[in-house]
Formats: sequence, structure tokens, C-alpha cells
Amino acid sequence: MSDIDTQRRQFLKTSAGAAAIAIAPGMMLYQTAHGDTAEASSKVRWGMLIDTAQCKEGCNDCVTACNKENGLSGKTGTTDSQWIRKIEIKDISNGHTVSLPMMCQHCEHPPCVDVCPTNASFKRADGIVLVDRHLCIGCRYCMMACPYKARSFVHETLEDQNPDVPRGKGTVEACSLCVHRIDKGQIPACAEACQNKAILFGDLNDANSEIHKKVRSVATVQIRADLQLNPGVRYQGL
Amino acid sequence: MRLLVSLLLCLCIPAALAAEANAPKLDVGKGGECVKDTQWMRKNHMHMLKHQRNETVRKGVRVEAEAFKACVECHASTSDNSVTAREDSFCVGCHRYAAVKIDCFECHASKRKEALAKKETK
Repeated sequence: MSDIDTQRRQFLKTSAGAAAIAIAPGMMLYQTAHGDTAEASSKVRWGMLIDTAQCKEGCNDCVTACNKENGLSGKTGTTDSQWIRKIEIKDISNGHTVSLPMMCQHCEHPPCVDVCPTNASFKRADGIVLVDRHLCIGCRYCMMACPYKARSFVHETLEDQNPDVPRGKGTVEACSLCVHRIDKGQIPACAEACQNKAILFGDLNDANSEIHKKVRSVATVQIRADLQLNPGVRYQGL
Repeated sequence: MRLLVSLLLCLCIPAALAAEANAPKLDVGKGGECVKDTQWMRKNHMHMLKHQRNETVRKGVRVEAEAFKACVECHASTSDNSVTAREDSFCVGCHRYAAVKIDCFECHASKRKEALAKKETK
């Protein structure tokens, strides 16, 4: 490399540094002074395993807990938000019924993220699929793209939201896997509320976690596995 | 020289006082200085909020002192627990004065958590 080249590079490096300091002095100093809490890590893959044998028909505890935690009305009309719902499925040939909770499946390849025109729908490093309501324009493409019908649109003005769970009119929302709780080291509200321990929450990547061991040892399925979205929510006994 | 300085002072002091007199009187709640001094916050809080919202929502970095709800906790009025309820509430008062619309509270809670919890149990 010629001497001029070296000097040029050095000059560019220095000016880039100076520019960074000039742009946000307060911000950078503040960050350094207060230290940073941990970012969501891509080594983690949060997921759930739902044991349908333990899920009781008619029990709605997970739905109630979700509504309370996230400040949802609990109504089930066409324009009401539902982040998790209980469904009963029946094998017509023999009448065998199974009850299970259905919510955002937190796909590895989420179609809702693919179609979002504003980048509001996104997947966090630890596998949680979220809507950044600051960017959401309420076009509802994601709702159409989701094969699990997991997302809802907020039609009416809301008041007195939970300070941990901001929600507002004109944006799309869905199960966030209780991201505000996970970041505090707690488990999602539905998993905590289930009396029969039908919902097992954990890190699918952590070899020592209960969910990792169970997924390895028992037969579990992903719903609509044919779409190859690799959902983080798995079901046992379907 | 001395005359010039005193003339300048005479001009500046009333101007500064007038600016203070016109400034909106705010109900600052508990107030205090937890992040930065008042003047810095007046000028830069919007950049800070925007920076922090991206860090928190998209990356999961949650710095307790910089959280939006921490602002509300401290600055909500001690009488009605809100930053938006009245003309002189902390956020509304200044934003009316500056004629800048805020839409934070279409989604975010404008009241202290304890006030919301109380309402729920009623």
C-alpha cells in the first residue's frame, strides 16, 4: 500500500471518530457512565412446549392470565384483540378431541416479517417475533400472511394501558411471549398460570433446559410444519 | 468599555427574565435530576426517547432509569398521578407552549403504575 493510501485511511478513521463524538456527545457519555444492560442474545431461542394431554377442555386460565398481564379486554368479537385463544380440535373419524392454546408461534422464518412494508414486524435476536408499534402503519399485511391467525388489529382508542405493555389504536399486535417479563427473568404469564403445567417455557438452545431435554426425548410437532417456518412453539400429543 | 458592558447587561437581564416569565409553569411531580440537568433534558429528551425506544423494542436493552415509564413515575403530578391530565401537566404544559404534538400517550400509559393498579382493584 502506498504512503498516500495509508495516510488517507488514517485521516478517514480519525474524522469518522470525530464525527461520532460530534453527533451524539450526550448520548455516548451517558451510555458509558451508566453501563448497558444485556441485549437479547442470538444464542438463546425462546420457545414453548404445549402438552395437549395436560391441557384441560374448558379451562381458560392461560387466556385470562394473558388478558390481565397485557391489559386486553377479554372480549372475543371480530374487532377485539386476542393474543392467545383456546381451541378444541376433533378427529371426525373417531371423535377424539384435543384442547390446546393457540397463539403467535414465534417462527424462525416468520411470514409476517417478510411482508411488513415498514420493518415494524421483526424477529428479536432471541427468536421472539414482535411488532414495533412505533413503525407500524396498521396495513395488516402481517395479519393476512400469518398462517396461525395470531395477530390482532387495535380498532379503538385505548386508555390506561399497562405501563409495561404499551398498546394503541391503529397498530397490529400479538403474543409477545411476555417479552417484558422474559427480560426481567420471569416466564410468560400463560405458562405461569397453567395449573396443569401444560405449557413449558424455556430456551430451546440450552442443552440443560427442561424444554430442550423434553423436545429431544418425546415426540412433538410443529403446527403446519409443511410451511417450514420452524415455529418456536411446539405441541405434544397431537 | 464599562459602559458597554453595563448596557449589554441591561439589555440581557430583562430579556432572560421575560423568557422565564413566559415559560409555562409546570407541575413537575416528584421531579429531580435523575438522567441529566433540566436544560439538557429540555433540549434533548426527544432524541433520548427515540434512541432508547429502538434499543429497548428491537434489541431488548432495558435500562431502568432511561425507561419511558421511569419518566412518568417521577414526573407525573403528585395530585392526579398523570403527565397529561391537566393544562399544566408535565408533558402537556410544555408541548402546548411549544406547539408540538405528542402521540406517545396513544399507546404508553400516562399514569403512574400504582394509580393504575388502584383503579383496577376498585
